[in-house]
Amino acid sequence: MKLLAILLSAILVDNFVLSKFLGICPFLGVSKRLNTAVGMSAAVLFVMAIATAVTWPIQKCILDPFGLGYLQTIVFILVIAGLVQLVETALKKFVPPLYQALGIYLPLITTNCAVLGVTILNIDNAAADATFGFAEAMVNSIGAGLGFMLALVIFAGIREKLETCDIPQFLKGLPITLVAASIVSLSFLGFQGLVEGIFG
Amino acid sequence: MRKVFTNGILRENPVLRLVLGTCPTLAVTTMAVNGLGMGIAATVVLVCSNAVISLLRNIIPDRVRIPAFITIIAGFVTIVQLLVKAYAPAIDEALGIYLPLIVVNCIILARAEMFASKNPVLPSILDGLGMGIGFTAALLLMGSIRELLGAGTLFGMEVTAQFLDPMVVFILPPGGFFVFGMLIALVNRLTADKSKIKQEFSCMGCEGCPSSGSCSARAQVQTGGEEK
Repeated sequence: MKLLAILLSAILVDNFVLSKFLGICPFLGVSKRLNTAVGMSAAVLFVMAIATAVTWPIQKCILDPFGLGYLQTIVFILVIAGLVQLVETALKKFVPPLYQALGIYLPLITTNCAVLGVTILNIDNAAADATFGFAEAMVNSIGAGLGFMLALVIFAGIREKLETCDIPQFLKGLPITLVAASIVSLSFLGFQGLVEGIFG
Repeated sequence: MRKVFTNGILRENPVLRLVLGTCPTLAVTTMAVNGLGMGIAATVVLVCSNAVISLLRNIIPDRVRIPAFITIIAGFVTIVQLLVKAYAPAIDEALGIYLPLIVVNCIILARAEMFASKNPVLPSILDGLGMGIGFTAALLLMGSIRELLGAGTLFGMEVTAQFLDPMVVFILPPGGFFVFGMLIALVNRLTADKSKIKQEFSCMGCEGCPSSGSCSARAQVQTGGEEK
């Protein structure tokens, strides 16, 4: 029950893109076409899950017992950078079809703040709530990835429509995209209190 | 030398002209003071990392430069994180997770790759300082607008709250997107005749993206839709 609550709130209420502002760059950058949006967010989901699976044990088994908590930022970013490289190589060798689908997005993910963000948030959550364990962290990461995908897919649909509209010159391009994002974000505010309503 | 410094403040303002570092710009600008804190923290990291990377530019092998840059930047971010935690706990509380996320702020990596790795120390420091001030100014502007409209205060002092009901939506996430969009529209309008308007957000801003050289996605993401 708790896991379901975490999943729902990560996808809808605390949506990474629309309410936490993490991963805005890919959100604005690759949401022009539906197929690239799906590919990018699938890659992010994949890397988020793996990154959490790796950084959580590192924090709990290496950094915490030896009092090295202050190295968190350095260790996590290097682990994620190495991991992305490893995943890319492994996919290329063993699962070529998946590499065809996700490969081109992987190099872009290292500097995606959503991935580093979710790993650090999981550790913060665990510090605030003692019952927040590895399973909760994994569910939270997957929820965050799904939320990212949802936001990108919805927004790609809107942008495809936006392209055929007649927009004043100075609003063209980025400004109108941001205003559209604002409206999508506004609609997601409607989910506020949803999780408490169902599970509370 | 002067041009290097002023470049980042106006002509190539990292936030409003190059559209880099959008995540912190949107996330922490609910209050002017938070925007200022974030700006200063990022400026310190930017100046220090630019200086060190510039010093090491002939030593770091080209093939591993990105991981090397990231390590240097992460080191300075950790230092800033600890300093803020010790001397400005309120700011640390307000910035929360976005403080460690300075590591992945595209502005810092972009300046390391585009400027510091090719120029001597002094210009690199000035470049970092200029870019940092430009970033801080943009964040301060965003924060002031959102705080004034959303809470009726400025730096915590009451300004319009007495006679104007604050529009809370401006300090909520949608307000962030909206104010940022309007600011960029304004900059576009003001500079309309000076060509080179950033019309499109190419993937993460390829021109500033450190991995754009080796990035296979660059061409493919842009033409991905047409291939089908």
